[in-house]
Amino acid sequence: MWQIIEENKRKSWFLFFSLGAIMLTMGYVFGFYYGDYEGGTFGLIMAMGLWLILSTVAYFQGDNIMLAVAGAKEVTSENYPQLYNIVEEMKIAGNLPALPKIYIIEDQNLNAFATGIRPEKSAVAITRGLLEKLNRDEIQGVMAHEVGHIINRDVLFMTLAGIMIGCIAMMSDMFWRNHLWGGGRKKSSSNNDSKGEGALVVVAVVLAILAPIFARILYFAASKKREYLADAEAVRLTRNPLGLALALEKISLAPVNKKNINQVVAPLYIVNPLANLEADSLFTTHPPVKNRIKILKTLSSDVDYHAYQNAYNQQLGNKDVLIKTKD
Amino acid sequence: MQLIIILAIVVVVIAWIVGLYNGLVKLRNYVKNGWSQIDVQLKRRYDLIPNLVETAKGYVKHERETLEAIVQARSKAMETSEVADKAKAEGILSGALSKLFVVVENYPDLKANQNFLALQEELVSTENKISFARQNYNDQVVKFNNKVQMFPSNIIANMFSFKQEQFFELENEEEKKAVKVTF
Repeated sequence: MWQIIEENKRKSWFLFFSLGAIMLTMGYVFGFYYGDYEGGTFGLIMAMGLWLILSTVAYFQGDNIMLAVAGAKEVTSENYPQLYNIVEEMKIAGNLPALPKIYIIEDQNLNAFATGIRPEKSAVAITRGLLEKLNRDEIQGVMAHEVGHIINRDVLFMTLAGIMIGCIAMMSDMFWRNHLWGGGRKKSSSNNDSKGEGALVVVAVVLAILAPIFARILYFAASKKREYLADAEAVRLTRNPLGLALALEKISLAPVNKKNINQVVAPLYIVNPLANLEADSLFTTHPPVKNRIKILKTLSSDVDYHAYQNAYNQQLGNKDVLIKTKD
Repeated sequence: MQLIIILAIVVVVIAWIVGLYNGLVKLRNYVKNGWSQIDVQLKRRYDLIPNLVETAKGYVKHERETLEAIVQARSKAMETSEVADKAKAEGILSGALSKLFVVVENYPDLKANQNFLALQEELVSTENKISFARQNYNDQVVKFNNKVQMFPSNIIANMFSFKQEQFFELENEEEKKAVKVTF
């Protein structure tokens, strides 16, 4: 387990630095575009400031905002004993420092998500529709997957990286708006070289187009691996891969009513409700459910990470390492 | 000069021994903590069973033996305190309970009883919690026992009489499977 967290941390740092570098470069170039070196510095500070403010808010209030946006209501052991018991079981299995708060979302769509930056203060949420459709083993599989996200510190990572993506998109947007509405570049006093001028325009435009796309690809690639990892974690916790497999099957077969779904929360759900379930493109947060079910169904009960890794490579025909095992 | 070197060596050796000793204490506390997690659930199960038997009694007239086996297994399990014996007794209790839950399928009236259903959920969950807590406890025991047996920490363990801890193992595969009750 610790190895997964270490591995995640290392990859997270790499992603953070890449996204951060993109974000700051954008801030600098756009600033420079309007106001040379001083503008560049200003842009850099603005980009950093924007990210810091949003991240601080997310760190301290992110889970509350998320649950409020989703319209989630907390449940107790009295009104939902089975759900409460299942999460308690997963807390024991995963050795969590505290019981995650448990929420129900009044929505007939089938889904669930986890939130909370630290394992000490986390929460899991499940929709009314999913709770009613699944049997005990299946709910356990879903909750184990969510607890897996908590154990692997995925929420922290997805939140902070997601905010960077948001900042990058926002800056790109601002640039286009200014550019199209004729804000344009003010005449530079120190540099009258028209060649350099042209190059700067090209760099700025290319950044505005490519940076959001590139950032998203980085983010989605990391997100997909984390979904597989959370599945592996769920298998380790429950020792019952079939529970999660059948739950995913039910979720993927159910019709999705997109009207009720919030864009912000969507990537955090167990199955992304806004995405095409079959698609395996660079622009999806989740791997195709079909693949996830296929892997889970080849596993017998009483399995560990190692078995999941083998099944993953066999079913997807690749050599990706999800989990570094000691031996 | 020599004195300083000797003193330095003594300090290092003492620090090393203290480190090993504290490491052993820490691991033993983890084992104790792991055990208390199991114990809480076992006690919860003892508390639930009388209610369950009482509720089921009226419905399953022909299953007196099944119910009696549960009551007996419970009191046997409550009497034993040594880890290995207790594990064995708890395994038998789990088996007796799962037998009842299978038999219940033939009694639709009982299956529809809300009180019984609630008790069944509590018992199933408690069983699951026991088996998850068992995993964690046994992991901690492995770590602790390794330290007690392996050089050089075994010297310190011997000196301060740290004894190997017992695993909490259910008797056989059959009973292990019985722990997972699905319905």
